Amino acid sequence: MPERSDLPPSDVETTGHEWDGIKEYNNPLPRWWLWTFYVTIIWSIGYWIVMPAWPLLSSYTEGLFGYTNRKSVMAEISQAQAAQGKYFERIHTASLEEIRADRDLLEFALAGGRSAFSVNCSQCHGSGAAGFKGYPNLNDDHWLWGGTLKDIQATITHGIRSELDEKTRQSEMPRFLADGILKAAQVNDVAEYVLSLTNRATDKSAADRGQKIFAEQCVVCHGAGGKGNTELGAPRLNDPIWLYGGDKETIVATVSNSRRGVMPAWGGILTPEIIKKLTVYVHSLGGGK
Amino acid sequence: MEQSVTQPTTAIGVETIDVEAVGKRETGKLYQKRVKIHPKRVYGTFRSLKWWVMAVTLGIYYIAPWLRWDRGPNAPDQAVLIDFPARRFYFFFIEIWPQEVYYITGLLIMAAMGLFLVTTVMGRAWCGYTCPQTVWTDLFLVVERFVEGDRNARIKLDRAPLSVTKFSKRTAKFAIWLVIAMGTGGAWVFYFADAPTLAKQLIDFDAPTAAYITIGILTATTFVLGGFAREQVCTYMCPWPRIQGAMVDEDSLIVTYRAYRGEPRGPHKAGESWEGRGHCIDCNQCVAACPAGIDIRDGLQMECISCALCIDACDTVMEKVDLPRGLINYDTLRNLASRGKADADKTKILRPRIIVYAAVWLMVGLFMAYVLASRSDLDINVLHDRNPVFVMLSDGSIRNGYTFKILNKAYIDRSFTLTTEGVPNAELSVVGAADLTRGSAPIFTVEPDQLRSFRVFVAAPGADLAGETAPIRFVLRELEKDTMATYESIFRGPKR
Repeated sequence: MPERSDLPPSDVETTGHEWDGIKEYNNPLPRWWLWTFYVTIIWSIGYWIVMPAWPLLSSYTEGLFGYTNRKSVMAEISQAQAAQGKYFERIHTASLEEIRADRDLLEFALAGGRSAFSVNCSQCHGSGAAGFKGYPNLNDDHWLWGGTLKDIQATITHGIRSELDEKTRQSEMPRFLADGILKAAQVNDVAEYVLSLTNRATDKSAADRGQKIFAEQCVVCHGAGGKGNTELGAPRLNDPIWLYGGDKETIVATVSNSRRGVMPAWGGILTPEIIKKLTVYVHSLGGGK
Repeated sequence: MEQSVTQPTTAIGVETIDVEAVGKRETGKLYQKRVKIHPKRVYGTFRSLKWWVMAVTLGIYYIAPWLRWDRGPNAPDQAVLIDFPARRFYFFFIEIWPQEVYYITGLLIMAAMGLFLVTTVMGRAWCGYTCPQTVWTDLFLVVERFVEGDRNARIKLDRAPLSVTKFSKRTAKFAIWLVIAMGTGGAWVFYFADAPTLAKQLIDFDAPTAAYITIGILTATTFVLGGFAREQVCTYMCPWPRIQGAMVDEDSLIVTYRAYRGEPRGPHKAGESWEGRGHCIDCNQCVAACPAGIDIRDGLQMECISCALCIDACDTVMEKVDLPRGLINYDTLRNLASRGKADADKTKILRPRIIVYAAVWLMVGLFMAYVLASRSDLDINVLHDRNPVFVMLSDGSIRNGYTFKILNKAYIDRSFTLTTEGVPNAELSVVGAADLTRGSAPIFTVEPDQLRSFRVFVAAPGADLAGETAPIRFVLRELEKDTMATYESIFRGPKR
């Protein structure tokens, strides 16, 4: 087999560059390569003419095809909306229970609800809806304002203590210490009683005293035995789920200064269909009644 | 450099062709215009074998999409179908879902190992017999020979000035090429849609644009690669000639010229003695037959696609001059080197690398066959929620959420019940199942050939949990059947 060294010395001139005795031939480009190169040049000229290409001072050359990314995205969106049209129609007319009973509709609502939740709700409630201190966990079965589909829909639509919605969820717990309704020792007793509801009291006699105060001051909203009242947004006190914290210090602070969390009324922001999807989604997180 | 017309000279009906191999190293320049190659028709064992291979491979390619395979209702009845919109691949009794694309990995490994194995045993047999470029070029050459005649006629025609005859011959050739090329592109698209339906759509100009574009592109590539580019594809575009250098060793069967027998070569007149000379009569028939434009007598070369047509050409000559066949033949470099020497070094066919390639090929194949045979038409996939990892409920119990996917690969509606094992007093609830009530065993229904996703919640009293995590086992049973699928996952609770 001929070796490379058998190759005849080329009559092609070199570029004149030399490195360590290695010279560079000035061979012409392979023809197929050259033609491909010419074709790309011709292609680019055509591209400048039909597509947006050159920046001008305050605009750009728009091209004969009038193509823009925005237009194509809009076309895709309207296509997707058309494809979803029949579901939107059904979401619009169906009741929440009907959505939940129809599997296709449910899947559609859950998918839409999940993305609406990520955009609008996750900032406070967290992307997994597990909540933070002061922002309730929506996965559990402890509901401040009720966990039925209807309750959830009303809460999302009208918000909580929203200044922009007349039908908003409204209630105010008194600031027992700050407003001088109870004395510090009494607040301590009430806190001991609240702890005793989940069998965590440290001072039996204080808890007994607190029970009397609770019966006078708290039972109207929180109910006998601290069973809560979703009509008034008064949380259950006899379960292990706490919005602000269930240790004694936090309970004392809550009783002393009250807590008045707020949530926007989404009725003026989101369409009723999206609120329906959100309702079904939040309900599906596991705690829905 | 120019190939020239035959000048009949020597013996016993053997014409000596005045031709120099286009790809000859000594005369070739690194940069030169392509010299057109006009391969001469040959007859013989390998030519016949190649006709058969061509018939079988092209037959498979053109006929496969038209084969039917009954899969029952709710499924296409095309035996080989790549259904992109539905994301399914059908191959007779096999149906591949998108998540099973790893089968393709296995097939690719097998293809690579098979190629290595074949190359190690007998050089570029793939290139010479079955590569589409070879097969279609061969087919295009058949047309060329049919319209324009064999080598000499073609060379004459090439040199002739444009005339009515030349123009009509060229037109006829290009027309037939175009029909073949369109058939090639046309057959391709039938693998991606129901063939009879698509055929009707294509005729009615009612088919998807993608089909027409695909046919157009493949028509163009077939026409150009088979009609004009030919050996340049193998020499310049294909990486395999470079790789084969690492695959072929001195024990591989390659198409070789037995120089020890052929040299010294020279013209031979009828009746002359063979004493003191080699058997090669320098008739250049092997060079004229070569579609890659090389002289096999220069040894193993990168351009050689091992098509073995030079063997046939030489054997024909050897028979005419009454010498044994096989001056050019499949042989190994080790054999060539040891012939004529006393200490003959025998070629070993069974070498470690062959055993390794074959073993890997077989292992991957058996593994894939096992996986394929043992896979169920029911699959489940359970993904434990990460956000939140667990939820405490108002009665103090701990609840975990799971995304539960059921793949029903059968073509019928199926219903299932779900139970769990491993977590004491676990209570199941499901969003999206037919039965949405808490407590009672939920029933899952999945449509034919569908994947359905459900939200499954498992709640267990916190006091019953031993640690932060517990293994949990989901058992899905088909209603009124034995089919079941299980999945091991975990159940998480608070730190203790």
